[in-house]
Amino acid sequence: MNPRLLPLYATIAIFLVACVICYIQFPYMLSTRVLGNLLTDNAYLGIVAVGMTVVILSGGIDLSVGSVIAFSGVFIAVMLRDTGLPAPVVFVLLLIVTTAFGAAMGGLIHGLAMPPFIVTLAGMFLARGAAYMLTIDSVPIDDPFYEMLRKAYYLMPGKGRLTLIGMVMLLSFAVGMVIAHRTRFGASVYALGGGENTARLMGVQVGRTTVGIYAFSGFMAGLSGIVFSVYTGSGYPLATVGTELTAIAAVVIGGTLLTGGSGFVFGTFIGVMTMGLIQTYIVFDGTLSSWWTKIVIGGLLLLFIVLQKGLLRLTSARFSGGLA
Amino acid sequence: MKLKTLLASTVAMTFIGLAAQAQTVGFSQIGSESGWRAAETTLTKQQAEERGIDLKFSDAQQKQENQIAAIRSFIAQGVDAILLAPVVATGWDSVLEEAKEAEIPVVLLDRRVDSSDDLYLTAVGSDLVHEGKVAGEWLVNEVGDAECRVVELQGTTGSSPAIDRKTGFEEGIAGHDNIEIVRSQTGDFTRAQGKEVMESFLQAENGGKDICALYAHNDDMAVGAIQAIKEAGLKPGEDILIVSIDAVPDIFKAMADGEANATVELTPNMAGPAFDALDAYWKDGTMPEKFIQTESKLYTPEDDPAGEYESRKDLGY
Repeated sequence: MNPRLLPLYATIAIFLVACVICYIQFPYMLSTRVLGNLLTDNAYLGIVAVGMTVVILSGGIDLSVGSVIAFSGVFIAVMLRDTGLPAPVVFVLLLIVTTAFGAAMGGLIHGLAMPPFIVTLAGMFLARGAAYMLTIDSVPIDDPFYEMLRKAYYLMPGKGRLTLIGMVMLLSFAVGMVIAHRTRFGASVYALGGGENTARLMGVQVGRTTVGIYAFSGFMAGLSGIVFSVYTGSGYPLATVGTELTAIAAVVIGGTLLTGGSGFVFGTFIGVMTMGLIQTYIVFDGTLSSWWTKIVIGGLLLLFIVLQKGLLRLTSARFSGGLA
Repeated sequence: MKLKTLLASTVAMTFIGLAAQAQTVGFSQIGSESGWRAAETTLTKQQAEERGIDLKFSDAQQKQENQIAAIRSFIAQGVDAILLAPVVATGWDSVLEEAKEAEIPVVLLDRRVDSSDDLYLTAVGSDLVHEGKVAGEWLVNEVGDAECRVVELQGTTGSSPAIDRKTGFEEGIAGHDNIEIVRSQTGDFTRAQGKEVMESFLQAENGGKDICALYAHNDDMAVGAIQAIKEAGLKPGEDILIVSIDAVPDIFKAMADGEANATVELTPNMAGPAFDALDAYWKDGTMPEKFIQTESKLYTPEDDPAGEYESRKDLGY
């Protein structure tokens, strides 16, 4: 069996076990209502995690996304309130801003050969600060187009709602899978994650790819910001603090190697769903402290890091064994 | 396949059927950022237990997204009612509409939302202006016609409790020209700041001899100020009257020692009135008022402060 697939199988197995445990304790959790909730409530997280997966596959990290989501919400709310531009135009403007923001960070990372951690940390403070510059209040969005987006859902049998934002997340994962696994850009991302020098030797245009990766992450963060603003119907500069870390956790629980080069976009989807399931379980139980969500996620993260380390040992032992 | 769905729905029906006997209520709490909020959580759990209500508690860790997700899960679970202490005022329309469609009444605790008021059953909360007014009226009764120079410790600048409690107090002393607020500064609702600002008040007012009373926007600042007054060699409660708001355990301790004179309660028991309203609603569909104002009760040394301290100290303040 391909050892690269092992973390993905582990992710899926954990998710299925979690589903069974939930079903045994709370049979009602296996309803379309809960399924719809999982997709809707985690839509913004899933979308941003798609971008994060690509970044981590390339061996990088993007700490700015949580702040970019908050900035997006505030930007949209303030623009709609003050300018009277139609919502779709504001969306396009926002996506241009966040994509350019990501691209600029990618440019700095490549141009100055700086660690992505530092550059995107600066980006995180910048975006959060910009959100506060626009407003310090929570601004409600009162727009007929938003009303329409908010109310757009397909009623599944059993009264579960497949909302528009849930569908946007599913679509994002589909697009993410195609980009990562079926395009030249995706191949370059994996190559870069394997090591910059090797990638260069393989003919990857490192600069262009790096800019592309962070621009993609910026775009996804912007899209996630739009979804979040539909979800809450407002812009709030204090929103989604720490979401970048939750997204990174989802990517790792999804079986992607933190050092880059190995992993699957689909795994991230399962990672997001697993985290959502844990949260739902704790609310269903109603007596456990909600901090247990964090404890279980912490435990899972540790498990995957150990698993990855073990796999790395295994593959490198096999490799050196082959040479001898 | 059909059998399976049938089975699943039977299980679901029994689940709902059981829930109808012992009422299940979901409570989405903001977090535990202050002692008062921890006490609110403790009291809500106690109230639910006393009434035989099965309470599902969810701490949102100060995040609106967690609160929305929790409410959706409550709806999916088919609870009989939802209590919500909202972290911000905006952004609740969708999820409140879902609750309404599922015919689950929502009661807001302590804070309000900007959604249309037909999306929730009622809101339970205190009137901050009224609290200040009660404190002001107490001072008016206490000093009678004597001259009284008051110093004021304000809450966090620009926060609604600070603004409203100031307004209320001024309303309470209006028309009594013998009472005058001579100094007013922010102590940021904290004990340390309260002490520091009080020290400067004492220096500025002839070592404190010209101050007749202190009005603090919360008990914590008053407790800090009491310390400062003692250090200046004066007797708090006698040389300088102390009136504050919140009724936390430590102010009762000070009161029992004769170092504080009055406090106005901001009750953490918002769940009691909420459950009362829900009981009436479940019984015969009685619609409560859209806002249930909790009592702003005045406590003075006559109200057994030592006993009050004992009964409150374990609530999590």
